[in-house]
Amino acid sequence: MHPTRYHRVATVAEAARLFAGQEDASYLSGGHTLLPTMKLGLRQPSDLIDLGRIEEMRGIEAADGILSIGAATRHAETAASPLVRQHIPALAGLAGSIGDRHVRHRGTMGGSVANNDPAADYPAAVLGLGATVVTDRRRIAADDFFVGLYETALEPGEIITRIAYPIPESAGYAKFRSPASRFAIAASFVARTGGVVRVAVTGAGSAGVFRARELEDVLSRDFRSEALASCRIDPEQMLGDLNGTPEYRANLALVMTRRAVDAMGEARSYK
Amino acid sequence: MAFVSMTINGTPVSREVEDHQFLAYFLRETLGMTGTHVGCDTTQCGCCVVRLDGVSVKSCTVLAAQADGCAVTTVEGLATGEVLHPVQRAFQTHHALQCGFCTPGMIMAAVDLIDRHPGALTPEIVREEMEGNLCRCTGYHNIVKAILAAAEEIRGPSSLAAE
Repeated sequence: MHPTRYHRVATVAEAARLFAGQEDASYLSGGHTLLPTMKLGLRQPSDLIDLGRIEEMRGIEAADGILSIGAATRHAETAASPLVRQHIPALAGLAGSIGDRHVRHRGTMGGSVANNDPAADYPAAVLGLGATVVTDRRRIAADDFFVGLYETALEPGEIITRIAYPIPESAGYAKFRSPASRFAIAASFVARTGGVVRVAVTGAGSAGVFRARELEDVLSRDFRSEALASCRIDPEQMLGDLNGTPEYRANLALVMTRRAVDAMGEARSYK
Repeated sequence: MAFVSMTINGTPVSREVEDHQFLAYFLRETLGMTGTHVGCDTTQCGCCVVRLDGVSVKSCTVLAAQADGCAVTTVEGLATGEVLHPVQRAFQTHHALQCGFCTPGMIMAAVDLIDRHPGALTPEIVREEMEGNLCRCTGYHNIVKAILAAAEEIRGPSSLAAE
């Protein structure tokens, strides 16, 4: 692997200061995307600034209808957290669906959200729950955060410190995963609060995670999986690759949304 | 260069490492501890699994510098003198290896699973939780058998769900 300089920091402020002083630094969280990408030579940061041991980026709290999760929280911690399982069980199930056991011991929520892989799980939860991405500079609404493939509203050097999830009445997640990569070929996160339903689909969209607004409208009127029977997702905006054509993914995203509606309130993991 | 200190199988180790050196290579090449294998080097096969502060990780995807201050357990650290760890013994008894290349990672993952899985272990749960470890000889049946047998020995018979 290309040489790099490794730095461990104890505070967010120290990380940001260090980043600003380097030519081409990158933050390192769980490292389970960044380090393999560096091995392939696709990224060659001059410096790695390790966010993994910053205390203020850890911890899970529930207060005033918000479940706040530190960005350095590892997938296995989110999956096992009694607070997450109590307030948003679907989110715990989603975390338990990522990668494999050992990957879940290292990968972090903030790392996954910042990377915005078009097939990653967390972006569906963040967008589906209408969460707020809290950074060292500002608070960004999920609807404004995910910009495109691997692209977010984060500015250079900006650090996600926490994700604040409004606790819904209920939520469900359904995922059809690639048996090789464990990434979603299509997955859908459905959240219901009052009369408002949000549906976020990951793995399928050609621009990454997206809200399926027509499905939201239908489910807001009639919250049953059967209500989606006559719906359709436009294949125009779907990914096509060796895992599936755009038409296949459009249908699969719809099927996953129906399954998510049938899994409301459950902590289902897809393994 | 980074200066790292960690305990490996209970023994304190301090060394200078290159910042971009991975833990798997630090163990194998710097320290000569070749029990930890590197199969794919792409975070998939699990041959390199070690425990880091008590949880299983793929050591090909953790920098040695990230492990600074941590406690590392490798397959070399399981046996007590000549007495094998129950998981090692179960792998032998149940012939849970063919070529043996994946075995160190399988065993470390199994130790972690038996130690930390909160509920009862069933063949289905073992298969799900072991999916981050690949056996290219496809010897999975006996690996699952060995893990369940070791779990019963370590946790007692109640650790297994009634069939």
